[in-house]
Amino acid sequence: MSATSEEFQPTIVAFVCNWCTYTAADLAGTARMIQSPNVRLIRMMCTGMVDPKYVIKALLSGADAVLVSGCHPGDCHYINGNYKARRRMKLLKEILPRFGIDERRLKLTWVGASEGNEFAATINEMTRLVRELGPSEAATTMVI
Amino acid sequence: MATTAKIETGGQGPAEAMRETLRMILADEAVSAVLTARRTPGGGAVMPALIADPDRLDEADPLAPAFPLNSARLLGRLTRGESRGMIAAVLRPCEIRAFVELCKLNQGSMDNVLLLGLDCPGAFANAGYREFALDRAPSGVSRDFLAAFLPGGAAVAEAEGAPPLARACRACEHPTARAADCMIGLFGEDPEKVMTLVSQTPKGQALINRLGLPEAGRELIESRTAALETLIETRTAYRDAMFEETAKATNGLEKLGAFLSGCVNCYNCRVACPVCYCRECVFVTDVFDHEPWEYLNWAGRKGALKLPPDTLFYHLTRLAHMSAACVGCGQCSNACPNDVPVMELFRMTAAGVQKAFGYEAGSDPEAPPPLSVFQEREFSEVTGGVD
Ligand code: SF4
Ligand code: SF4
Ligand code: FES
Repeated sequence: MSATSEEFQPTIVAFVCNWCTYTAADLAGTARMIQSPNVRLIRMMCTGMVDPKYVIKALLSGADAVLVSGCHPGDCHYINGNYKARRRMKLLKEILPRFGIDERRLKLTWVGASEGNEFAATINEMTRLVRELGPSEAATTMVI
Repeated sequence: MATTAKIETGGQGPAEAMRETLRMILADEAVSAVLTARRTPGGGAVMPALIADPDRLDEADPLAPAFPLNSARLLGRLTRGESRGMIAAVLRPCEIRAFVELCKLNQGSMDNVLLLGLDCPGAFANAGYREFALDRAPSGVSRDFLAAFLPGGAAVAEAEGAPPLARACRACEHPTARAADCMIGLFGEDPEKVMTLVSQTPKGQALINRLGLPEAGRELIESRTAALETLIETRTAYRDAMFEETAKATNGLEKLGAFLSGCVNCYNCRVACPVCYCRECVFVTDVFDHEPWEYLNWAGRKGALKLPPDTLFYHLTRLAHMSAACVGCGQCSNACPNDVPVMELFRMTAAGVQKAFGYEAGSDPEAPPPLSVFQEREFSEVTGGVD
């Protein structure tokens, strides 16, 4: 992930579940896997806690993309938080693109605790994609 | 099988015939009170009232073209908890739809209520109503309104010498309510001559049986259906044009900002919204009590900070929280002191959201609100095809 200094460095805010993706991120770090430094991790107890307003606030504050990542279906520690997260992501992907926020700036993935490599691959791919999309409108203009 | 009963208007005019019918309903042993629009004591406005004394029905005016608030939340209050009697509620279809949404969220109960929906020709926004009512005797307002806006039973959105109907009403493709126990039929026949009472549930059917009204003929039923079809077509076309115009005006964050630029974050639109039911909205909690240095930071980051801040944040969050339940009543726009076209934004977004979840707010009391349920396998496009 060698980025030249002129290359656009996107900011990706990631809301990750404590029980799976956060652990995977930790694993990716301790195993010194190569990953882009563009992600700001926010640890949640479950993806079911990610209210749409957190995602909206992150985007309006200039995040170029938002990742929500939690336990695989069937593995949520609170039984169904990840299924609720999926409906909320569906909702956001229905609402936000109307107002010019590219749907690809919103991502939901399932990354289990042991999948450090999967986590590194997810954020590397996301960084690449967002770099291609360029900075978000909220990052470059005044939003009221 | 639905029964359509006939209410002869017989020279007294639709408003008086309506009151006569409400007297009969209030006299029914099962009914303890009627919730309906009523001219306020001393005049000046038309507001909902809970009427227990048949004599007080003289002031009832359910056909008045006033729509100062959506009564769904009031009816929620009147039905949630211990009730000692049945309320017959005369409501516009969008009030019934909002009430259905509230019941699903345990903010009301359908148990002790008889929902009487009005075939809705639409209403004025507050200013339009005042203009229309200004030089008319209070008792003549609704009769004049129907003569102008429902001539011969065919609803129109504009009439000579009168303000236009509220935009939400012009764009409303649901002028009847599926969840009503009975509909009060105004479409298809001159309400100066005849109106109908149409049962839609067993509860409604039982009421019509007890009232002993004469049955309406086939012609009356068919002309109502035909008038309804035409009306829905006109309104759907208006709605689609409104959506298109709104989409064009808001398809970027900066444009959305311009669209909402008159907003002062007073949150009246949220207070007026019948389906925004949280006791305490997050936007008025201490989550938004920021320290002075935080404002300075934000101002510093981009060079300037619009005040009050978080206007887009507020509207986008409300869209996320309640657009699946938006019934299109337009009270948000009606309540806005700055003429922000809130309804346009919410209706447009709600249409997309409700379609995405295969849901129609307020129509089916049995359908669960989409954000309250899930399937194990669904929307795999959200996770890139991975279930
Ligand atoms: S958002 Fe506006 S149109 Fe929709 S239900 Fe609330 S007040 Fe009515
Ligand atoms: S009522 Fe109007 S000014 Fe007040 S918050 Fe809503 S849109 Fe903004
Ligand atoms: S506990 Fe991990 S998504 Fe719910």
